[in-house]
Parts: sequence; structure tokens; C-alpha cells
Amino acid sequence: MNTKAVAAIYKYEMTRFFRTLMQSFISPVISTSLYFVVFGAAIGSRIDSVEGVGYGAFIVPGLIMLSVMTQATSNASFGIYFPKFVGTIYEVLSAPVNFFEITVGYVGAAATKALFIGTVILMTSALFVDIRIEHPLAMILFLLLTCLSFALLGFIIGIWARNFEQLQLIPLLIITPLVFLGGSFYSVTMLPPVWQVITHFNPVLYLISGFRWSFFGVADVPVMMSLGAIALFTGLCVVAIWTIFRTGWRIRQ
Amino acid sequence: MPAIVSVKDLNKTYKSGFEALRKVNLDIEEGEILALLGPNGAGKTTLISTICGIVMPSSGTVTVGGHDVVRDFRAARELIGLVPQELTLEAFETVINTVRFSRGLFGKPKDEAHIEKVLRQLSLWDKRDSKIMMLSGGMKRRVLIAKALSHEPRVLFLDEPTAGVDVELRKDMWQVVDDLRASGVTTILTTHYIEEAEAIADRIAVILKGDILLVERKDELMERMGKKQIRIELSHPIKEVPESIAQRGVQRSEDGSALIYSYDSRAERTGITALLNDLQAEGLQMTDLSTHQSNLEEIFVGLVKDNA
Ligand SMILES: Nc1ncnc2c1ncn2[C@@H]1O[C@H](COP(=O)(O)OP(=O)(O)OP(=O)(O)O)[C@@H](O)[C@H]1O
Ligand SMILES: [Mg+2]
Repeated sequence: MNTKAVAAIYKYEMTRFFRTLMQSFISPVISTSLYFVVFGAAIGSRIDSVEGVGYGAFIVPGLIMLSVMTQATSNASFGIYFPKFVGTIYEVLSAPVNFFEITVGYVGAAATKALFIGTVILMTSALFVDIRIEHPLAMILFLLLTCLSFALLGFIIGIWARNFEQLQLIPLLIITPLVFLGGSFYSVTMLPPVWQVITHFNPVLYLISGFRWSFFGVADVPVMMSLGAIALFTGLCVVAIWTIFRTGWRIRQ
Repeated sequence: MPAIVSVKDLNKTYKSGFEALRKVNLDIEEGEILALLGPNGAGKTTLISTICGIVMPSSGTVTVGGHDVVRDFRAARELIGLVPQELTLEAFETVINTVRFSRGLFGKPKDEAHIEKVLRQLSLWDKRDSKIMMLSGGMKRRVLIAKALSHEPRVLFLDEPTAGVDVELRKDMWQVVDDLRASGVTTILTTHYIEEAEAIADRIAVILKGDILLVERKDELMERMGKKQIRIELSHPIKEVPESIAQRGVQRSEDGSALIYSYDSRAERTGITALLNDLQAEGLQMTDLSTHQSNLEEIFVGLVKDNA
């Protein structure tokens, strides 16, 4: 394994991130604060608690998931799309690296950025509401797997995309709606029965539910199902990427 | 001499169905400088990209240092440095970081002394902390070369390294290539300029429509290219070339209004002075005189005709 190459890609991607560190840091702080003003203060004052958890605290896991999923996806998709767009991809393609090393470098960096942002949101939230974490290890596991799997998804999107519109399309049209409809800001039990059934087809529900369980011990679906769902999703992404590199799809002519 | 790069029966058909390389065979000797000449769209970049792993071959094999570029890509690619035709660089990165990145990407341990050496060699040391977008086109080209040299390749591919580069820098680049040769590096460069090939190459390959039409030692090719023609316009058309002049291989133009003489411009004696003396002796008056040298374009045309 060419670990030096992995390190080089990872480091290079991270310096891009650190160049805009303030921006990377401030924007989640501001958006989180806004969510608390709007959802926490305005709506939360009408909803005391959801399943025994104060509404302000209840939305924290969903907020983190929302940002982590979108950030992991967009960072990873941009990370690989950009060299394709500018043409610098030639160097990676002509280097003595295999698909696994390329993926680890790019996806690792994107996942790290998402993790950083998730942590910033968690800490910002702690300024507004009391947060307890009942299962810290499970919380970290869910967070890491989400960062990883959505970075993998973003990587696939970046390879697939032929232009900037396509790059934005999936995060905008699929991920964001799924996250909003996946119980980020409410419990599924609050929905009418028909919608409860439909929502169970939304994969994001399982992630948010599991993540929220690790905070408060309450969940919409059994936690093992959540774990199974994210493991399955990660596995699917890995297989997809492996296939892409094996066939050279949209990378090698 | 063993071939360091060996291309055998290489075909490349792009997805569009376009046949960019047709059964290319080429052996590149270790330590030589090979110039790959050919008009736009001939397949130069495709050939280089296939050797370097950017384009997948449709059929045929390529080995570098004895390693198959597909099956044994790691060992093969470690030996290769590539300077692409396009100025592809990330605008916001600094010069030294992008060069360091290249070295790491090729799995080489950190070596700041080597990076400094390469940057100095290419007169980029003073610019090492500049953002790439602030560099001129010629400097960007040098950054690409620095990246390719950062991991100490044994085979260097330069795809039109001197396109849009001024004379001074061109000379600098030739010097760099020459220095590399001294340290045993094999260089393959593509160019549209025959003078460039003349200046630095040991051998010249001509590619046209995906076919390698010839691979020849530079000196031999140059000898052929050295043929020049002189055309002498006469004040009065002639019906026949006078004996003394015809002996020199001079021919009459179709309408008889001019004389045409082919000679070797590199020869010590071109025979031009003697010819002009003979003209005077024969009482032929000339009104104009022009010379013409066959250029690469004509060689191409000739080659195409021969291969049609
Ligand atoms: N990705 C591609 N898909 C289809 N055709 C391609 C592709 N890349 C190149 N070609 C075609 O293959 C031919 C050879 O292109 P190539 O870039 O190798 O030429 P070249 O000799 O490098 O030309 P130039 O001197 O202009 O750089 C051209 O006709 C080009 O249009
Ligand atoms: Mg080209």
C-alpha cells in the first residue's frame, strides 16, 4: 500500500480546508444558532418536549446529522470533481496508486471535515441547551459511520457529475429532503399513521433515529436496525466505488 | 541497449469509435531523447497518455522498465514523470506545496533538498511561496516540469513543453533536458517544431493519424530535410537547358521561364557560385532568384502519399 500517497492526498485536501478555516468554522456556528432561534425558541416554546426530551435538545442530533450528511457529501464530491474539472486529475491517474488509496485519501479528508463541522455544531448547541449523551460510544460510532458513508456517496457523485449542476443536484434534490423528512426536527410518532409508514422507507430516518438514541435513549426504530442500515449503506457505496475504478467509468478513457 | 519503454501493437479506439492509435510499435532506448512529431490530432497525446496510465489501451501492450503498464502499474508508473500538454494546476496552491504533493503521491519519502534542487534548476525557487495563479504561463509550465521531476523519474514525458514559451525559456528547458540526459533520464517530448527536435533529440518519430510513419536518427532525417531548392527566373524562356548547366543537375521549369536546382545546404560546397558563373558564361539573364527548403509539413505530405 502506498501510504505516502494516501497521506499526500489527505494532507493536500485538508490544507484546502484549513485555508478557509474561519469560513468552515463560522458558517456552521451561525446556521446552528439560527436553527435554535427559529426552531428552538419560536416552535419550541409551543412544544414542551418530545418523548420526554426538551424540544431544543431533541433537535440537536438531527441538526448535526443534517450538516454532517450534506457537508460530507459536498466536500467529497467537490474534492474529486474539482481535479476532474481543472484537469489536475491526470496526476493522480498517472501515479502509482490504486483505487483504494485514492478513495481513502479523498474520502478520509471529506469525512474529517464533516466530523469537524459536526463537532462544532454539537459544541455550539451546548451553549443553547443542556445536552446529555447516554451512549457516547454509540454516538461516536454513528457519527463516524455517517461521515464516512456520505463522503463515499459524495465521492461517487463527484465522479459521476459532468458539470456543476449535476454536482449540486443530488445533495439538493435528494439528501436535503430526505434529511428533513427523516425526523430531524420531529419524532415520527408525531405524524399521521400513513406518513409514519411512508417515512419508514426513508433510509435517513434510521440514521437519525439511531443517532438520537445514543443521546437520549429514545428512538423511532430499533437501534440495531439503525446500525444495520448505515452498515448496509456504507457497504453499497464501497462496492459502487470499487466497480467504478475497476471499469474506469468516467475516469479513464 | 535495452528498451526502457516498449510499445507493441498498441491500438486505442475511444468510446466515440474514433481510432486514435493503430497498431503502434515503438521501442525507446534508455537514456535517449526521442522527439515525437506530428500534426494536430495525430495521436501524440493519446500515445503518451496510454503509456502513463491515463488512457486505457484497447489492445496491445506497453512496458516501462520491463513492467506492464496495466498489470504491473505501480512499478511502471513509479519510473515515469509526465508533463501534460495543458497547463493544469490548482490556482490557489503554492508552488512548493504542489511540488511536494507530487513527490508524496508517487510514494517517495520527503526530501526537501531534492525539491529545492528541482525548483532552483527551473528558476522557481524565488517563486516557491507564490500562488500558482500569480505566475505567468511560462512559469506555470515550469511548475508542471518541477512536479514531474519531484519524484526522480527515469523516464520523462514532455507533451509540447515549449508551446507558447519564449526563446529564452525554451533554451532553459532544453538545458534541463540535457542535464537530465546526463543523469541517465530518458526523455520523450512531443512538438510541432522541427527545430526543437533538431536542437535536442537523438531520434525522431513521426506519427500521423495514429500511425507511426517513421522512427529515425535525427542526423539521418536532417540530412533528408537539409535539401534545398533554388529557383532562378530567367528574363527570356529557354527551350533547352544548356549542356554545361544541365550537367549540374539543373532542371527547366515547365514553361521554361525558370531553372530549378536542388542542393544540400549542409554540404561544404553547394555548387551555387559555380552555377551562377555558368549562367553568365551561357549569357542567360536572370530576373529573380528564390530558395525553398522542404519542411516538416512537406515530409508529412510525402509520407502520407507514400502510405496512401
Ligand atoms: N477522449 C476522447 N474521445 C474521443 N476522441 C478523442 C479523445 N481524445 C482525443 N481524441 C481524438 O483522438 C485524436 C488524437 O488526439 P491527440 O490528443 O492524441 O492528438 P495530438 O497528436 O496530441 O494533437 P495535438 O498536437 O493537437 O495536441 C484526435 O482526433 C482527437 O480528436
Ligand atoms: Mg496533444
